[in-house]
Parts: sequence; structure tokens; C-alpha cells
Amino acid sequence: MSNIPSELKYATSHEWVRNEGNGIVTVGITEHAQELLGDMVFVELPEVGESVSTGDDVAVAESVKAASDIYAPVSGEIVEVNEDLEDSPELVNSDAFGDGWMFKIKLEDEGELDSLLDAEGYENSIDED
Amino acid sequence: MTNKTVLHAKHLEAGAKMVDFHGWEMPINYGSQIEEHHAVRQDAGMFDVSHMTIVDIKGNDAKAYLRRLMINDVAKLEVAGKALYTGMCNEAGGVIDDLIIYFFTDTDYRLVVNSATREKDLAWMNKQAEGFDITITERPEFGMIAVQGPEAKAKVATILTAEQNAAVEGMKPFFGVQAGDLFIATTGYTGENGYEIVVPEAQAADLWQQLVDAGVKPCGLGARDTLRLEAGMNLYGLDMDEAISPLAANMAWTIAWEPADRDFIGREVLTAQREAGDQAKLVGLVMTEKGVLRTGLKVIAEAGEGVITSGTFSPTLQHSIAMARVPRSVKIGDEVEVEMRKKLVKVKVVKPSFVRNGKSQLD
Repeated sequence: MSNIPSELKYATSHEWVRNEGNGIVTVGITEHAQELLGDMVFVELPEVGESVSTGDDVAVAESVKAASDIYAPVSGEIVEVNEDLEDSPELVNSDAFGDGWMFKIKLEDEGELDSLLDAEGYENSIDED
Repeated sequence: MTNKTVLHAKHLEAGAKMVDFHGWEMPINYGSQIEEHHAVRQDAGMFDVSHMTIVDIKGNDAKAYLRRLMINDVAKLEVAGKALYTGMCNEAGGVIDDLIIYFFTDTDYRLVVNSATREKDLAWMNKQAEGFDITITERPEFGMIAVQGPEAKAKVATILTAEQNAAVEGMKPFFGVQAGDLFIATTGYTGENGYEIVVPEAQAADLWQQLVDAGVKPCGLGARDTLRLEAGMNLYGLDMDEAISPLAANMAWTIAWEPADRDFIGREVLTAQREAGDQAKLVGLVMTEKGVLRTGLKVIAEAGEGVITSGTFSPTLQHSIAMARVPRSVKIGDEVEVEMRKKLVKVKVVKPSFVRNGKSQLD
């Protein structure tokens, strides 16, 4: 079983969300997701300043094996993207929950975080796959 | 029922991610398929290819039988151990399988065919054997390990006996020799130097471990696919199948048209196709912008539409490459378009060979 940090929130579509505490969340894909995709070769990120709604496809993670859409787990404005992924997409594989983060969203509604899964809920959702 | 090769436990021990490959539980990677790819291009890597099917053809009519069955001509083989790549076609000129034939004598040949096509190959071979004085014997009691890369031969040499090293000394590409318990061939599916080694099952795990200890990196099917595609080698089931003529699969060079009186299966249809000049052709595609060309994507050329048969990201070239079947009038150097994620992307048509011996074949 892959690592699922308990301090993060999750979407069933395999994004993780870290609450940075100032109305901003960091988003990436889980270790389980990167394992499924395999070696990452390109990551296409959204534009800073873009408004996104929950469920929008906002980024693409392309591995040797497949291209996979990344969805906005919450609504808000993209305030930062991980530019290191441009030259080092493999960070998503080597450090999915850390240096492999993808973008940051300024939350429209902090209450939305409550509707995301906790670690246990995400683990159960993977087991059902 | 999933088949397991004799090396299955070694894969699990090395942390391999296992997948189902046409009924065989095989390693897709041992962590990173890109690192495994680079190991083969820069050093030495090895693949468990024990799932592949070895078939020995022996008997007074072995030569005549294979000259009837195969589009290439085993009569070209005169030196013991010499290997030949060929297609095996049906009456309609479709490719039943592609395979390698090793020649020992006119009455003794060894075939290595794809595992995914094992059953239909054996059925076809047995059906066509009627009237020929031959025996067809599958050899499942062997494992097979492909050791590939610029340092592959040197690393293998450290674990062979003096007699075995003498047997493979100076062996040219596309030869095989029985050396003690091992059958060692200078063949492969990566575009690098190296060996394919047939080993009795009881010794396979030990040989694998010796190779690991000699610094050969275990590599999975993921790396095997990117390596063969960079080398421009076809994968049966993707780049050709029974509905595809060898003329449309970059396999025309394997058809031995001479002597004209050799009546191989499919000859009549293939001759007519060649004269008509109407078969599609398999070319290479190169895309230098972001994104990855994938199997099944539509290719749009002035002369008409085509399709990508195999596409991937090339770890050596750091951009996407593909093989595509397109109308015959499309030329090397042309620019065509590929429909990707709802947009059209321009790609360049090249010869379907991208990397050989670690070096780019592109201009």
C-alpha cells in the first residue's frame, strides 16, 4: 500500500490538497496515482491568475504510458504553479507529496475543504478501484 | 490462469511491478522504466523473455518446409548458427507472426516466436506440416534472458566459463551457438549489442542473479517497448497483424522474391500487391513539441489519412516518436498532422529507425 499522509485532504480523482492556512491550498497527485501512471515525461500546468471550478480539468500529467487529466479539487484562483516540473517532471514520481506539487489555489470558499476525503476515506476509495 | 516464468520470484525479490502480458505475469518495471531504458543505452540491462516460445524444427524436410512457410528464405543460411528474421504469412498475405530462425543444419532449425501468438503459430505450423517429414517440438523447459547494451557482452563474459567465452569469441551479429548448457545468440530487440541467452529452467534464477551481481540492471516490458520503438523494430499486434501485409509493415526487405520458383505461402497475393503498389507503408514520426504520440491516433496527410501503430516518449531523444501506417505516396521528410487531444499537431515523417547503438539516427 502506498503512502497516504494523514494531514492532507484528497479527491477521488487522486489529487491531494494541503491547507496552507492562509486561504491557500497546494495541490498535487498522490503517490498511488503516480505509481499507476509510471514515469512522468511532461506536466502541463494551468496559468497563474486562472479561475477554476471544482472538477475542471486544469492540468495534464503525461507519463510514458498515458496522459491523465488533473482536476481542480476546489474552486478558486490559481496563484502559483510549480515551474520546476517544466524541466523535472520526474519530481512527481520521486516526491509526489512534496517537490512534485503542481499548483496552488486561493480558495473561493474554505468550507469546500470539508467535502474532500480524509486519508482513510481516500484509502477506501482506492480499495474500491 | 496466469503463467509465470521461471524468474518470477526474482522479479518480486527485486521489487518489480508485475502486469498481465497476454496471459503471462511479467515485470513492467522495477521502479523507473526510463532509468532502465538508459541502462540499456549506456551500460547493460537485461530482460526476462522466458515467455517467448522456442520451437525446434527437425527432419529430412525441415528446409523445404521452412522455405514454404516463411516469406524470407532459409536457403540463404549456410553457416551453422546463422539467424534470419522473417515473417510467416497466411494465404492472403497477412502476417501471422514475425520470428527469428536459427540454422544449425538443413535438417535442424530453431525458431523463436512471440508468446502472444503461440497457439495460433503452433496450430498453423502443424497444419502446414502435412506431407513434410519433420517434427515440430516446443521447448518450454528453457528460460530466456536478453542482456543488452554497450557493456552487455563484457559483463556476460565475466560469468561465462572459458569454453563458453571461446565459443562466443568474435561472433558476428545475428548468430547463435550452443555453449555448454547455454544457447547464446547475438540477437536482441533494443538496437544495442548484446546476447539473448537460452538457459535450462533449473539454472535460470542463478544465471539472473550472476548477471545482477555483474552489474546488469533488470529491465521490464516498459523499457523494452521504448527501446524497440527507438530502434524502429515492429511489435506484433500493434505494428502488424494478420490483416496487414508485410509490404505495409516495413517488412518488404524480409521477403525473398528470388528464386522466383520458391512457392512460399502468401506469395501470389504479395506479388500482386507489389505490382499494384497500392499498399500503405509504415514510417516513423517525430514530434519535438510537448506531448506524446500514442497508438491509434489519426494521421492526416495530403494524400489521405493514416494511423499511429506505436507511439511513445523517447527517453534517449527526449521527445515523442512513433510508427505510423500512412498512404504510400507520403515521403520521408514530409510534414503531416496528428490529431491529439482535439487539436492538430504538425509532425515530421522520418525513416522508422530513431536510435541505434546509443546514437540518434535523426538529422
